[in-house]
Amino acid sequence: METVDIGWWGVPLAILAGAIRVSTPFLFVSLGECITEKSGRINLGLEGTLVFGAMSGYAVAYLTGSAWVGVLAAAGAGVLFGAFHGWICSLPKVNDIAVGIALMLFGMGLAFFLGKPYIQPVAPDLPDISFGFWSSIPQVQAALKVNVLFIIGAALAVFLWWAFQNTRVGLVIRIVGDSADGAAAMGYKVNTVRLLSTAAGGALAGVAGAYLSLYYPGSWNEGISSGQGLMAVALVIFARWNPLACFGAALLFGGAGALGPALQSVGVTQGYYLFYAAPYVLTLVIMILTLSKTRGMAGAPAELSITK
Amino acid sequence: MADVASPGAAGDLARNGLREVAARLARPAEMVVIPLIAFVAGLVLFGLFIALFGKNPLQLYGLMVQGAVGTWFSIQQSLARAAPLLLAALCVALPARLGLVVIGGEGAIVLGGVAAAALAPLIGGVPGVIGVPLMAVFAMAVGAVWIGSVGALRYYRGVNETIASLLMAYIAIALMNHLVEGPLRDPLSLNKPSTLPLAEALRIGTIPGMSVHWGLVVGILACVISFILIDRTTIGFSAKIAGGNVRAALLQGLPVGRLIVGFTALGGAFAGLAGMIEVAAVHGNANASLAGGYGYTGILIAFLARHNPLAIIPFALILGGIEASNGLIQRRMALPDATVLVLEGLLFIVILVSDTLYGRFRIFDPAYWKGER
Repeated sequence: METVDIGWWGVPLAILAGAIRVSTPFLFVSLGECITEKSGRINLGLEGTLVFGAMSGYAVAYLTGSAWVGVLAAAGAGVLFGAFHGWICSLPKVNDIAVGIALMLFGMGLAFFLGKPYIQPVAPDLPDISFGFWSSIPQVQAALKVNVLFIIGAALAVFLWWAFQNTRVGLVIRIVGDSADGAAAMGYKVNTVRLLSTAAGGALAGVAGAYLSLYYPGSWNEGISSGQGLMAVALVIFARWNPLACFGAALLFGGAGALGPALQSVGVTQGYYLFYAAPYVLTLVIMILTLSKTRGMAGAPAELSITK
Repeated sequence: MADVASPGAAGDLARNGLREVAARLARPAEMVVIPLIAFVAGLVLFGLFIALFGKNPLQLYGLMVQGAVGTWFSIQQSLARAAPLLLAALCVALPARLGLVVIGGEGAIVLGGVAAAALAPLIGGVPGVIGVPLMAVFAMAVGAVWIGSVGALRYYRGVNETIASLLMAYIAIALMNHLVEGPLRDPLSLNKPSTLPLAEALRIGTIPGMSVHWGLVVGILACVISFILIDRTTIGFSAKIAGGNVRAALLQGLPVGRLIVGFTALGGAFAGLAGMIEVAAVHGNANASLAGGYGYTGILIAFLARHNPLAIIPFALILGGIEASNGLIQRRMALPDATVLVLEGLLFIVILVSDTLYGRFRIFDPAYWKGER
């Protein structure tokens, strides 16, 4: 592809392209974490699930030759991790934050252990759709190549937003998240609902991992994740447990993550590592600005340990 | 006859005395026995996991013992590895006294190391007796500010300390990469970007008669000091109250904010010190290997020790040994380097699951021994 010199216009364009490309894993993990947290539990282990999803998705895609089978396998692995977290946390006196940290380290360790043979081979990529056919500028065309998973994720955000308001399942999850005692009195099994919500969250984190290894950056290695699974936890707080806001926040984080590579593409190499830290700084600043000691956490599930 | 106790009464007295002792020991015994059972269960589970891949668990544990304590050389390797782990675990255990889960100690380790390496060229002519403490104090100050601000954000802004500390660990590593590959880079370090090497006078030597550096002694001292602080002082007692119930502590007029910032800062100072020791005793300069995962193993150790600084010492030695034996296991059994990560993850999960066992066994209940139940 021939590139046209578009100078500094390349920066916002690359950030836009990056926002779409980099945001997809944020979107899936944050939607997953959103479902889990709505049920009143927090899963800090999604980072481990994401890394394991990246490994298992890549390995299965390589072995079967189908990227989509890989995505399904990653989702399946995520279900197992989520259900495991849900089961441990349903034991009395067990702290969900600590379990999350343990599962994060375990998931990463297991992924590195099992993933060694798949660092070299090349697995098939996930397909994308070109929305840039109207433009003659190759950079624009490249920027508007949108992965199918991004579109699925966006649709899922809208669906979840609708489902939490309008479906029975959505309502039950919210009741369990707002009052375990109330839900139990109404005859719902609190631990079961939370286990299923955590499993569903794990599935989405697995898909996010598969996106990393099967599309962007599109290979499996031990440094595949840069903490998306953790940032998602902060992102959900920022989005006030609203799936639609999660979509917007994911785009914002994606844009921040694309800042470093975008500047590098126009020749700014000074302070590359500092730009690399932009998403973490952004997350921290957002948490500082949106939280307060005295102001209540509007929209927070009342059973959530971090808001108590 | 009243002044002569019958043999039966003496037996009763002795039995009551024994019961008294048993009742007093019941709770502490629970704190030792349950983690021990969990630790062994973790090892068994990991053995099963390894067996799934056609490897012999007994051979693995044999190699682990051999690699950790088999020879004088391997013992010293294990001890040297335990040194930073002691300090890294304190960075988790001290904030935990106040109910905070701080897991970003890696960030303070990394920045402490960079701080020490940045100061070193400025104090090149200073004798070691002054220079080494100067570097230590500077590294501790940097670590204290880094993790102390996590505590401050928690108390004054309600920012979750677990997420904040981990985000700051990523930021710290990015900062280190920036400094080591940019402003602080030694132009002569080509393949592995590093800072300028420390002057010989600023290096930390080894304990006489061993190849283990003084960091081990520093780490053990830090654990003992931390234990005294939290178990034997009013500050530690106030922290315990605040960790149990913030509202009650505030009603008592305890300075909860200062306690939270103080304990997180002290934890951060120890982590920063760990980084400085790695630079001054092991690497001789600051480079990317500072982010070697000590902070994460430290989390596991603190949880295994149930955040008791004295219990950190044996667990840090055990984990130091396990990590030191990793190379031998990799070579002999053709296992990936992540093997030890899987083991650590499993141990972590099992120890947390074991939390549910407390209070389930009647023999650990003092009332059971006093015959009240």
